[in-house]
Amino acid sequence: MKSALQVRSVVSALLVAGLLLLPLYSSLTGNIFVLTMFTRIVILALAAASLNLIMGYGGMMSFGHAAYLGIGGYAVGMLAQEGIGSGFIQFPVALAASAIFALVIGALSLRTRGVYFIMITLAFAQMAYYVASGLARYGGDDGLTIYKRSDFAGLINLSNRVQFYYLCLACLLLVLFLIWRIVNSRFGMVVQGLRSNEQRMRAIGFPGTRYRLVCFVIAGTMCGLSGALLANNTDFVSPAVMYWTRSGDLMVMVILGGMGTLFGPVLGAVVYLLLEELLSQITEYWAIIMGPLLLLIVLFGRGGIMGVLGRFSRG
Amino acid sequence: MLLLVEQILNGLQFGLLLFLLAAGLTLVFGIMDLVNLAHGSLYMMGAYFAATFVAWTGSFVLGAVLALGATLVLGMVLEFTTLRHLYGRDHLDHVLATFGLILFFNEAVRLIWGPAGLALPLPPWLTVPVQIFPGIYYPAYRLAIIVVALLVALLLYLGVMRTRIGMLIRAGASNREMIGALGINIKLLYTLVFGLGAALAGLAGLMQAPILTVQIGMGENILILAFVVIVIGGIGSIRGAFLAAIFVGLIDTLGRAFLPNLLRQVLDSASASTAAPALSSMLIYLLMAMVLVVRPEGLFPANRR
Amino acid sequence: MAELLLRVEKLVRRFGGIIATDHVTLDVPQGELHAIIGPNGAGKTTLISQLTGHLMPHSGSIYLGGRDISRLPAYRRSALGLARSFQITCLLPDFTAADNVALAAQAREGHSFRFFADARKERALREAAMNALARVGLSDRANVVVSRLSHGEQRELELAVALATRPQLLLLDEPMAGLGVTESARMVKLLQELRKEVTIVLVEHDMEAVFALADRISVLVYGRVIASGTPDTIRQNDEVKRAYLGDQHVVVRHG
Repeated sequence: MKSALQVRSVVSALLVAGLLLLPLYSSLTGNIFVLTMFTRIVILALAAASLNLIMGYGGMMSFGHAAYLGIGGYAVGMLAQEGIGSGFIQFPVALAASAIFALVIGALSLRTRGVYFIMITLAFAQMAYYVASGLARYGGDDGLTIYKRSDFAGLINLSNRVQFYYLCLACLLLVLFLIWRIVNSRFGMVVQGLRSNEQRMRAIGFPGTRYRLVCFVIAGTMCGLSGALLANNTDFVSPAVMYWTRSGDLMVMVILGGMGTLFGPVLGAVVYLLLEELLSQITEYWAIIMGPLLLLIVLFGRGGIMGVLGRFSRG
Repeated sequence: MLLLVEQILNGLQFGLLLFLLAAGLTLVFGIMDLVNLAHGSLYMMGAYFAATFVAWTGSFVLGAVLALGATLVLGMVLEFTTLRHLYGRDHLDHVLATFGLILFFNEAVRLIWGPAGLALPLPPWLTVPVQIFPGIYYPAYRLAIIVVALLVALLLYLGVMRTRIGMLIRAGASNREMIGALGINIKLLYTLVFGLGAALAGLAGLMQAPILTVQIGMGENILILAFVVIVIGGIGSIRGAFLAAIFVGLIDTLGRAFLPNLLRQVLDSASASTAAPALSSMLIYLLMAMVLVVRPEGLFPANRR
Repeated sequence: MAELLLRVEKLVRRFGGIIATDHVTLDVPQGELHAIIGPNGAGKTTLISQLTGHLMPHSGSIYLGGRDISRLPAYRRSALGLARSFQITCLLPDFTAADNVALAAQAREGHSFRFFADARKERALREAAMNALARVGLSDRANVVVSRLSHGEQRELELAVALATRPQLLLLDEPMAGLGVTESARMVKLLQELRKEVTIVLVEHDMEAVFALADRISVLVYGRVIASGTPDTIRQNDEVKRAYLGDQHVVVRHG
């Protein structure tokens, strides 16, 4: 048990160190592509970490988490389109919009459990997708180009690759820190208790839905941040970021890395996106390998990479 | 008036297709407790099979029958090789594994048939308009879809309610151990049920194919609509799926047809034409939200245990 | 007689055509240990579930300390001092024993919307948890995950969880179920300690334990209370003998 924790901690520490030193590697080798790629990985790792908060710790299997990527992104894109370029406005609006969406969707879908919950979150995210496709003023189906990245009054320059990368990484680490605190707090204990045995939690006096809803909103808000960063990264936002396969990707990252472990989703995002990159270099039809691979992971790889690391070190 | 009748029929036709999909989903879920996201892929495969077989045989009907058989077999093979290993596992495992299957099917289709869509041309005898009421014509093919789907719905109802195997299916849905105890080969029953669900999805796909293009990912959007149908109708209930599917089909079709005009009477035409597409695509989700508020277990839930 | 803590008036609950609770009336004064017995299917668990709010009665009322709680949801009743242990062990299986109890202590303090401080380092919660664990003799098992505790230990932990909510009224649904002889004896001893501090409603099949512990007993048959009184009057009650104790192996026995 102890050594399992140790192996995991070592892997997690190496992961963070690697991410911190990546720009150094990129500038030494002159490989810009790797920095661009990892900026995207870090942003999506943030989204996966936020999904892990509700899915791994809270037991809420949301299949609509990519909706917040779009909402955060559209908040930035639409404000930029209307001439409001300040990040001090764009980012808070992105977070607030995500929080409000999560509050409404959560209040409705948390009336149900299990498969219903999966289908309903999926359906509401799809609704967000269609609404965005219908926004003719903001590009509709074709999406919206962002001509200028969020402006933070000279504090940080998002158009500088390295600065932007470190901003994303700082956001990721901040979110991981918050999740770690939340999970071990009174609130987090209640949410995990609800995952473990809801009936018991009600019997000792916890109104379950309220705690779940707050957790759902926190996770949605965090993912909205990821969406705002993602839009800045691609200088573009389109309904496609909300498409349901994106939500599926996020779920895969969480499961692949290890649900309910702090660094699991980050590891999952790194492995999944690198694998995608690698396979697509081998064959244009990379998904024909990825699909069955997922199936195998589900059938044989319980607990994700973190779970395997745990078993591995226990012998 | 003429437009209204036509749109109501369109809505009915769309709703019946949704029912074919939702019925398979809800059967598989009710009996095997399996969440199958790849159900939409079977719908897509039905369409691709039909386009291929019709081109080969030169006969629409023969091609369609072959395609139906092919999806049935494909479904049973899928169940036998992979999905049966997922029974009894967590729903999350189902979601992920079948998500993997979707990736696989989409890519396999791209590999075999190429990225461009296919067209499935109708034979001339199905393209003529038919006079359904004095002065009101409706395309023969859409009418045929309505008739076929209604027939299938009736057969399904009779099959589940009146036959021995239907009785087993209903028994299995409410008490898994019991049919095992009756000495029924439960594995075979599961494979058959899954094949039936696949064939229903394939039928929906191949019937829809001549109206839309046959393309990759065509099953995904309609799958989510089928989920909405199940949420509204109540999980595991064929009757609920039928009523909810027709309801959703009508509201979606009529909303898209008439909402822009309705909005134009309230708003100025510029903002109306901006809001209308977004609003009409939201309609059925709003409906679902309303159902969730009033009756979270769906409008027509299956008998509770 | 002491002040009434629990008062149940003409409670009715149906399932389809069957009346599972048929105009049940009960009075439990402060400090009493009141046992409810009855053959299988008499509606004991249905009754308990209505007291805790997991099941709503169709008519009738329930008062706790004079306050009408008939329509309150379970978590509100719990906040008013009503705690329950479940017939089938119902704990948080992937939490440690200490965390299970600490959560109950946390529930006692009202809301838990604290997002930042480490709950496992909160002195008050840990102390309350360790005290409750000590009461049931599980101190040395505090950091063991529930799924690795023995069945007997899980039952004791159930009790510790209920205690940690500092209840006025403890509803125990078959605490001896599935326990061996020594474990049962330990449980009886434990209950004898607890009854000094808290009012208890006990549903139990183990007649020896019931007659040893109870101040008063109510006999439930087909959802109706056919008799209510001290162990001695119940033992002598003809209707009870006829209706319920036809297989005489329990009550006739003195001990």
